[in-house]
This record gives sequence, structure tokens and C-alpha cells, in this order.
Amino acid sequence: MLTRRTFLLGGAAAGALVVGWTLLRPEDRLDADLPPPATTGDARLNGWVVIGADNHVTIVMSKAEMGQGVHTGAAMLLAEELDADWSQVRVEQSAIEPLYVNHENLPRSLPFRPDDDGALAHISEFLARRSTRVLGSMVTGGSTSIVDLWQPMREAGASARAMLCGAAARRWDVQVEQCQARSGRVFHAASGRSASFGELATDARDLPHPGHLTLKDPKTFTLIGKRLGHIEAKAKLDGTARFGIDALPDHLLYASVLMCPTLGGTVRKFDTNKVMHKIGVKGFYPIDAYHGGTGGVAAIAENPFIAMRALCELPVEWDHGPAAGLNTDDVRAALTRALQSSDGGHTFYRTGDAEAALKRGKMLEMRYEVPYLAHGALEPVNCTVQVDGRKAQVWVSTQVPMAARKAVANMLGLSPGDVQIHQQLLGGAFGRRLEIDFIVQAAAIARHASPNPVQTIWSRPQDMTHDFYRPACMAVCRGALDADGRLVGWQSVSASQSIAEQALPRAFGKPRFLARLLTDATMAEGAFDQPYACPNMLVHHHRVELPVPVGYWRSVGHSHQAFFVECFLDEMAAAAGKDPIAFRLELLTQPAHRRHVRVLETLRERAAWRGPAQWKDRDGVAFARGMAMHESFGSVVAQVAEVAEIKRQGGTAERDFRVTRVVCVVDCGRAINPNLVEQQMESGIVFGLSAALQQAITLRNGQVQQHYFPDFPIVDMETCPVIETYVLDSDAAPEGVGETATPPIAPAVANALFALTGQRHRRLPLQATPAVPEGNDPWCQSVSMARQ
Amino acid sequence: MVSVRLNGKTVDLKSATDTPLLWALRCEQRLTGTKFGCGIGVCGACTVLLDNRATPACQLLLKDLRGARITTVEGLQGPVAQALRAAWIEFDVVQCGYCQSGQLVAAAALLARCPVPTDLQIDMAMRGIACRCGTFPRIRKAIHKAAAMCRRG
Repeated sequence: MLTRRTFLLGGAAAGALVVGWTLLRPEDRLDADLPPPATTGDARLNGWVVIGADNHVTIVMSKAEMGQGVHTGAAMLLAEELDADWSQVRVEQSAIEPLYVNHENLPRSLPFRPDDDGALAHISEFLARRSTRVLGSMVTGGSTSIVDLWQPMREAGASARAMLCGAAARRWDVQVEQCQARSGRVFHAASGRSASFGELATDARDLPHPGHLTLKDPKTFTLIGKRLGHIEAKAKLDGTARFGIDALPDHLLYASVLMCPTLGGTVRKFDTNKVMHKIGVKGFYPIDAYHGGTGGVAAIAENPFIAMRALCELPVEWDHGPAAGLNTDDVRAALTRALQSSDGGHTFYRTGDAEAALKRGKMLEMRYEVPYLAHGALEPVNCTVQVDGRKAQVWVSTQVPMAARKAVANMLGLSPGDVQIHQQLLGGAFGRRLEIDFIVQAAAIARHASPNPVQTIWSRPQDMTHDFYRPACMAVCRGALDADGRLVGWQSVSASQSIAEQALPRAFGKPRFLARLLTDATMAEGAFDQPYACPNMLVHHHRVELPVPVGYWRSVGHSHQAFFVECFLDEMAAAAGKDPIAFRLELLTQPAHRRHVRVLETLRERAAWRGPAQWKDRDGVAFARGMAMHESFGSVVAQVAEVAEIKRQGGTAERDFRVTRVVCVVDCGRAINPNLVEQQMESGIVFGLSAALQQAITLRNGQVQQHYFPDFPIVDMETCPVIETYVLDSDAAPEGVGETATPPIAPAVANALFALTGQRHRRLPLQATPAVPEGNDPWCQSVSMARQ
Repeated sequence: MVSVRLNGKTVDLKSATDTPLLWALRCEQRLTGTKFGCGIGVCGACTVLLDNRATPACQLLLKDLRGARITTVEGLQGPVAQALRAAWIEFDVVQCGYCQSGQLVAAAALLARCPVPTDLQIDMAMRGIACRCGTFPRIRKAIHKAAAMCRRG
């Protein structure tokens, strides 16, 4: 079945493909007016590839590498069509140019189901794609990178290959059709002549881009589909990889910040006279709340230690702002009130008559809840800025370099062309580095030390207490079964803050009311867009306003809606007395469900699924299993989680169960690099598992109470389960991977926990959260003790 | 000024003596392989070898390090380090890579004192090194493989 999405994407899977595009011509995404390469003899054949005189192929990266492997996957797309020798491939971060904007973010953020074939969905997507030319930005996010680059990077490779073959044909005075590229060389079989890409590069550069391109038949791929490792792996093992925090330009000074502990607050005044340790401190400066952040004080010093220590001692009077007095219980009360209100909100999906069906059948009602979550990337928020006269340079790990450049330029009163962004590797991001609060803040701080560059580093507590959190969310799910135990009515009503309502004004500076006019699909994604065909269904969401900054957290709305939907289905299956997989298969009987069925059947086979029942091992330890499936970012992922009880020996154990094994099956369309897909499944599972087990951000008086990782625990070597991943073969166009394994893990574990204990867990996290720390920052205490 | 043996060379660290080693390495010596993650010794991103013991560099003050032998990821050499790096590449362990210096250093310390570690010994040695990308299953495989490579010589 042709869904709206594959239709619009041009059916790219259909064998050898002559490129044609109704919205964008191929050349629109091929080249731009870029400076020539720094080394003479190197030749830029288009905006995506430079051929070196020394035979190196440098592939240009428009996306940020944050561990997801996009630099490897994207380079493979181009190298495949170029017929490059992979050992000669290098990658280089792109300039900030319209050529490199992401064409998928906007159309994929619309509130329509993937199978919605209505006129409104088609027209909205068409308009979103058209407006990308004007509104598009360079964004690494939404699991869109490979989807976005699949076409243009292969075209760029094919175009460059055609030019190299053209140059060889001209040199040898033969027909271009007789020249073939293979492994970094062009061959003329009849005469036995060959030349390396490097030898042909400068001649090729002077040829025009070919008028039309024929891309390879996927059956002839030699790189795409191969299990290659990260192209930058070596540099990450010898200390030479450069993350944001490793940008050390000459004459560098360092800054750290102390922001108002209350979210969104500002600084009223501070007293530098009382700071004992001023040796090495260059100055203290008030900082505003930038782009949705919080105001505070910055200290600039010779090194980060001196800056952080000085801030420990600084007495500050705060203006606590609108979040003052807000506690987690107030948030829960606000969400509960919204759920109970009979009006307002937005209906994302409606089919049949859910109300009537609920009255007819055997009805169950369940309430679910998830907390705020921090991103907690291991590389703390940091940014290095040098302001020198009418120019500025920024070294930063960011998912949005184009927006960052514009915002820094605005803050400094420069034009974007005078701001140079040096994109660094990202030490994790998970959505935190979609925000520009810290970049603009760092620019504001660096002004005070101009022309010296300043690296602003947030301490771990500042990073954790001034994040843009995954929204807390509550849901009520109602379902009705008919006499045969089939799901005939389903109503899902949820309540949370809207991310877009905050994030759009943060990014673009537009007033909030404009953002409110848009429907933020992320609030209910994972509920309204799931494949299950229930004849009477309603998905509704209430938007709640709270003074807590919320942002995009790996898999966004799916991260909580999958928990609600998949736990709810498990409960309905149990009520119907059916196996959870069989119960789901009953709801997946249409032609469009073929891939979901294949995923579930593969899972059943690979996990040797015999239902969730409990069993005991030889030592009498009880085990049980649960499963969940979820579709997000175009991919379908299903998982079986196996849990085991932890027997208490005297006293109370920290945890009462552990997750021992996860079996994961994914259909992500064509897997460009199955190794990277498996790696992202492992990554998404561990990330989601940390949240499911013990993570929660809580508020007291508008202040986040978690400061360090022990307060917000992450799965470690000891608690990480064995993970087995199966990537299904597919000829369909590639879909998103980076976030898709996160949504199903929490419900899979919660469902397993029910099988283990007989108790339903409808609120995350599933295990006890650590006691909230009291008193001062332990780091500040330790430095003050070291002084005595 | 504090004189130490750093990656096999005698080096004078000129930062104030109450500075944590982490920042002297990064800011003064420009050895940026050792990462800042928390500052209180709970994430392991700044793990270095102090003699042969894996230790978070944010918890070491220069004044306590006179004459100490310190190895950072940049100075990690020899057959064990070689085997670890080869195994890390073979299993494509790294994702974002920010924690991997600490992971490698901790693994090297483990194999130095325990050439054939069990899963439990790997748990104990490595659980203090945080990774948000979830590279643990691959790290485990890579340590076992490196141990086997060293045994074969």
C-alpha cells in the first residue's frame, strides 16, 4: 500500500531511479557558491564532495555527529554512488548555507497520521515542503538525517562520478559511456587505461554538472547495507576527537555561571566583596535569561575551576520569577484538573464513536503518569566564543548551527555573515543541543573579555537544574472489549505542556500566541498516529500552561505516549484473556499493517515468546517477560523485556527487580548500515531504560531538586541488560533510527513487571527514586573543606 | 609548581596547587582526552591512571601529586592498550565518544591487574564510568576480546 508519505517521497525504493522531483529540482540540493578548498589541487565537484589531489575524498556533513553515526551513514550514501574507496573517505563539517537545510523536519512535524490520505494532510505536507525553502534551517533532530540525505547525497555522489568519468573520457578521447568508476579510480576497459580520482579531480571540476542522473539499482550497492564502524572512531580512542569543550583557541579564558535556582528567574544583585578566592578571577557579570533560559551571574577566570569555586562563594539576591512556589504536586494537580475538564483541548484522531462503544462493551479505565526528565548528556553544556571587533567566532556542539549563528549575531549586533560557527563533535545531546540559550549566553559573557575567547562551561548541577525538560504528562485510557474479547472502543485523553508553544518563540523570537495557533503534534504523537485499527477511537489532548521550560527529549511525545498506549493494550489483552502479541495482531489486519505484523512475528520467533508467564530458574529466582511495539519516525520497533526479581537479603534492597535481557526487532526501511542501526537500538533502549527505572525531575519552589547523576540515575555496566537486535531486510526507503528504540522499552518492562508481580505499574519511574539531596552543592562543600 | 611523571615524561604543572588534576591536564597541558563530566568523581569521564589505578582526575589535587606517575588516554600505550583499541574498533563500541577515554583507561587498569576478568569483575571495575549512549554491551564484549588477544600474545 502506498501511504501518503512514500507517495510524496517519490517511491525512491523502485529500483534504478531517474531523478525527478515536483517540488525541488535535483540541482537545488546539489551545489552552492562555496569557497574553493584550502589545498590547491583539491577540487570541489559540488556542495557535498571534495576530491583531493592525494586521492582523498572529503564528504561534507550537514548534520551534527552526536554518537548516532550520521557522519558514517551519510558518507556511505555519497561514497556508494561515487564509487569511492571507503578507506580514502574523510568527512568535514559543512558551512552554514541554505544548501544544507533539513527538508524533513517541517513536513514530518505535522499532526497527521502516516496513513492519512485526506486532502488536508496532502496540502499541508505540500506547503510544508515548499516553505522549507524559506523557513528551513540546518537541524539535526527528529531522526530525520538519513531520510533527508538519502536522495541529495546519492545524487551528489552520482553527479561527481559522472564528472570524473567525463574528465577521463576527454583525456583519453573516448566515449564517456565506456568509462567506469570503481574503488576510487576511473577505468577504460577497452584500452586498459585507468586514472585515480585525484588525477582527474581538477579537470572534472571544470565540467558542468550533468543534466540528469541515473542512480544505482539497489541490488548493485557495495557500501549501502554494509556493517561499517564509525568513521571517527579512532580519534575517539586516543583523545584527539574534538568536542565542544575541547575547543581551546589561543589566549582562552574560562567562565562558569550560577543561574537563579528557580526556573526562569533572574538576578537582582550580587556582592563580590565577600568572595575569598579572587586570585585568577577576571570579573563577575550579571547575565540575562536568554532564549527561554534563566538569568544569573557569570565569573570569568583563568580556568574553569577558579570560576566555579568563585561562584560557590558568591552571595546573590534572586528575583525568582513566575515559577517561584511551584512544586511537583502542583504540576500533578494542574494535569489532573486538565484531564477532568470536559472542554478545551484538541482532538488529534477520531474514528467511529468511541463514547458509544465504551458504553456498550466491557469497559476498563486506567490512569497513567510520567515525570519531567532531564537530558543529562555527559558533556556538560558549554560554548566558546571570541568577539573581536565586528567579527565573532563560536566553537560549539549544537544541533542547530544556523539558528545559533543568527541568534549570536542578533545579540552582538552583527550580521550573521560576520559570525563563524565551528561545529564540534557532540558529547551526547538527546535534544538538549536543539536549544540556543547557552550559546547566546556564552556570546554575552565573551563580550566582557573581548578580544580574548571565553569558554563558558556549566557545572553538572547547572546543567541538570537548567535544562528544557521532557514534559510531565498524564493520561486516561478507556477501552471496551466485545464478547469475543476484541478491542472495539478506545479513548485516550492526555494532558501536558506543549513543547512547540515554548520552543518556537525561543528559536524565532516570535510571540507565544502565534505558536499557539499551531497544533503541536508532539503532545499526542505516539497515540494518534499508531497503526492499531480500532473501529471506535478517540485521541484527545489538553494543553496545560506551566512555568517550567520543556523541550525535545529523545523520541519526544512518543517517549510517554508509547508507555500509555502499550501498557493500556497489555491490560486490555489481559482482560480479554489473550496473549499480548495475538491481541495486537487482531488490530493489525489491514494491508498497511504488513510490516507491523512482520515485526511482531519476528519478535515472537526470535524471543521464543511463549507469553508473559512467570518462571523460576534453578536458584528459585523468578523471571517474567513483557512486550511492546511502537511506530515512530517512520520505523516500527518491537521489544520483549525479561525481568528478574532481586531477592531481599535482610534490610531493604535498593531495587526489587532488574532487567536481564531485551530482544528488539526493527523495521526501519532499508538499513544503510545495519551495525549502526543495531547500535542505535541498544542506545535507545539503555536511554529509555534509565528513565523507566529511576529517573524523575522534581520541583520544589520552582527549583529542580536533582543535581548530579546519582540523583538522576543512569543504567550502568552492572544494570545494563543483554540486548539482542534483529534488523529486518527491507527495500523501502530508509526511515528514522536514532530515537525509535526508546519508546517501547518502558512499557515492555512495565508489562513484564506485571507478569512478575501481578501488580500494574502505571506511573514512571518503576523503581524508587533516590532521596533528594539536601543542603549545599557537595562540590562547593568539598572545595571549601579543601581550603581549611 | 608540582612535578609529576605524565605519560612517561617529567612535567611541571604550574597551576595553583589546589587545582584538581583534571583542569591542569585540560587547560594547562591541553590534554583534552580527559573529560569533565561532574566534578565530584561520580561519572568517571575524567578517569586517569594514578600509578596503575583508575582514578577520577577531578578528585586529585595537584598538591597531593608530587612525583606521581599519571597516564591519560593520550599516553595509554603497550600491548594491553593496543588490544583494547583494536577490540573497541572491532565491536564499534563508540557512539558520541565523550566517555570513551574514561572507559578505555578503566579497562586498561582492569586488565593490568586482572588479565582474564569475569563479567562480575567487569561490572565492578566499569560501573563507575557513566555512558549515556548505552555502549555497555559492546564494552563488555571488547574487554573479553582484548583479554583473549593479550593471552594469545
